[in-house]
Amino acid sequence: MSDIDLTLSADAMRPVPQLGRKGFEARALKSGVLTGLTWIAALLAAVPLFSVIYLLLVNGGSRLFGSDFAEVLTGLPPAGFEMGGGIGPAIVGTLAMVGIASVISIPIGILAAIYLGVLEPRSKVANTSRFLAKVLTGFPSIMAGVFVYAVLVIHWGYSAWAGGIALAVLMLRTVVLAAEEAIAQVPQRMKDAAYGMGCTRSQVIWKVVLPTGLPGILTGVLLAVAGAAGESAPLLFTALFSNYFISELSEPTASLSILIYNFSGMPFPNQIELAWTASLVLVLIVLGFNILARLIGQPKV
Amino acid sequence: MNAPAESAFVAEPYKATGDVIIDCSVDKIFYGDFLAVRDSKVPIEKKKITGFIGPSGCGKSTVLRSLNRMNDLIQVFRFEGRVIYHGQDVYGAKVDPVLVRRYIGMVFQQPNPFSMSIYDNVAFGLRLNRFKGDMDERVQKALERAALWKEVKDKLKNSGLSLSGGQQQRLCIARAIATEPDVLLMDEPCSALDPIATRQVEELMLDLKKNYTLALVTHNMQQATRVADTTAFFSVDISHGGRTGYLVEMGPTSQIFESPREQLTKDYISGQFS
Repeated sequence: MSDIDLTLSADAMRPVPQLGRKGFEARALKSGVLTGLTWIAALLAAVPLFSVIYLLLVNGGSRLFGSDFAEVLTGLPPAGFEMGGGIGPAIVGTLAMVGIASVISIPIGILAAIYLGVLEPRSKVANTSRFLAKVLTGFPSIMAGVFVYAVLVIHWGYSAWAGGIALAVLMLRTVVLAAEEAIAQVPQRMKDAAYGMGCTRSQVIWKVVLPTGLPGILTGVLLAVAGAAGESAPLLFTALFSNYFISELSEPTASLSILIYNFSGMPFPNQIELAWTASLVLVLIVLGFNILARLIGQPKV
Repeated sequence: MNAPAESAFVAEPYKATGDVIIDCSVDKIFYGDFLAVRDSKVPIEKKKITGFIGPSGCGKSTVLRSLNRMNDLIQVFRFEGRVIYHGQDVYGAKVDPVLVRRYIGMVFQQPNPFSMSIYDNVAFGLRLNRFKGDMDERVQKALERAALWKEVKDKLKNSGLSLSGGQQQRLCIARAIATEPDVLLMDEPCSALDPIATRQVEELMLDLKKNYTLALVTHNMQQATRVADTTAFFSVDISHGGRTGYLVEMGPTSQIFESPREQLTKDYISGQFS
C-alpha cells in the first residue's frame, strides 16, 4: 500500500481514496508470522498441564479406574513385595490437614482482608501487613515446615495439627491477598448506598461488601485450598508419614504428596504404580478445586 | 444589594412560607484546611422540592450531603453550623449519624443498586430496620410509587444490576422510599440518564412530593424550573486562591428565574457565567 500524501491540504485535489487491498504486502506477512508465533506460544503454555495429565492417566489410570479401585482408594499402603494395597490413609490425611489449615487460615485471612480492604486500607498497619503478605508469597514452602518444626514439633512431636498449621501459614497469604482484592473491587457507590440507607459500618461489611465480594473471596479460598493440598515440603517436617489411618490428630499422618515421594523412590513396581495413582488422585483433587473456583468466580450478571 | 463576590457576601435569608422540616444553617464546611462552603442558610420546606443549582465546585452537593451526615464518611470533613431537624441538631453530640440517614434518605448521581435481586434491593432497608409487616406488599408499594412495578413485576428475582440505567435509578428511588423516610436527598439523580429516563424520574419526583420532602441538586437549570418549588443558587468564590462555595440567593423558583435579585444569579441563569 502507498501512504497518503499529507502534504496536500484536504481541499486540494487529492486522488480518490483507494481502500482495497493491494496484493502481497510485507506488513501482512509480518502480521501472519507474529500471529503464528503467538499461537504456538499459547499452545506451548498448555502443553505441560496436558502432558502431565496424560502421563498420570497412562501410568496411574489403570489402577484408579480398574476393578480394584475401591481397594486403591480405601486400602492401606502395601509393604515391600506385597501386592495390592491402596492409598486410603494418605487421602484421608491430606483432607484432614487441608481441613485444619482451612479452619485456621480462612477466618483469619478474610478478617484481615476486611481490615485491609474496608476498615483502614491506608493505615500503617495495613500497609505493613499487605507488604508482609506479599513477601510471604515468595516464601519457600519448606520454610513453613521448618518454622512449625522448630515451634511445635520439637515439643509435641509429629502430628496432623503441625502439618495443618504449616499448610495454614502457606494458605494465609493467598486467602488474604485474594479476599482483599475481591473486597476492594466492591464499588464505592454500593458502599455509599448502604451508608445512605442508614447502615452501620459492620452492616455495610456484612450485608453489602462480603456478599458482593463473595465470588472473588471463594475463588481465592479454593485456590489456596488447592495449593495446600498439593504441598509436600511443609509436611516433611511436620506430619511425617504413617501407614495407617489417623485415629487422632496428634499423631504422625499420611499425606498424598509424601506418599508419592516415598513410593516413587522404592524399587517395587507395585509401589511405583501406586505412586502414579496417588499423583493422579492428587491432581484430580486440585483440579476439582480449581474448576470449582472458576465456576464460583464467574460473574453472575 | 449587588455586593461583589470577593467581599464577605452573605445571601439574604430566605423566609420560608411553609413548614420547615430541615433548617440548615452552614457557617463553615471544611475538608481538612480547605474551606469548601461558607455562610449558607438553606431551609428545606416540608412536602416541597428544594432545588440546589450553581456551577461546579460551588458546594451544592457538599451542603446536600451535610444534611444527612453522608460527609462524615470523609475523614477530614468538618461542619460548623446547625442542621435542625424536628427540633434536634443533626450535628449534636448525642446524635447517631446512622439513625439520621434512616430518616433522611439519599439517591445518588450514579444509579447504585446492590448486586442482589430487585426484590432484595427494595427490601434491604426494611430488613435493616427489622420490619415485621407484609414485606411483599411494601416492596410492591415502593416499586409502584417509583413507577417501576409494571416493568419488573415478573422478574423480581433478577439482579438489580440487570436493569437499564433509568430503571436502576428508579430502583434506587424505590429502595430509598420503601422505608418511608421523611426527606429524600437527590444528588444529581438524572445526570447519568437519557432524556426519556430523566423525564420519568422528574415525573416521579413531582409525584413523590405529595408524601415526601425532596432536596435536589441539579446541573440542569431546566430541571430546576420543571420540578423545584424553591431554588437555592450557589456560587463559588475563587478570589482568595481557594474555591469556597456560598449561597447567593434562595427563593421561590419562579422568582429566582424570572426576577433574580442578584447580578450573579442573573448572569448564571442567562448563561453568562464564565
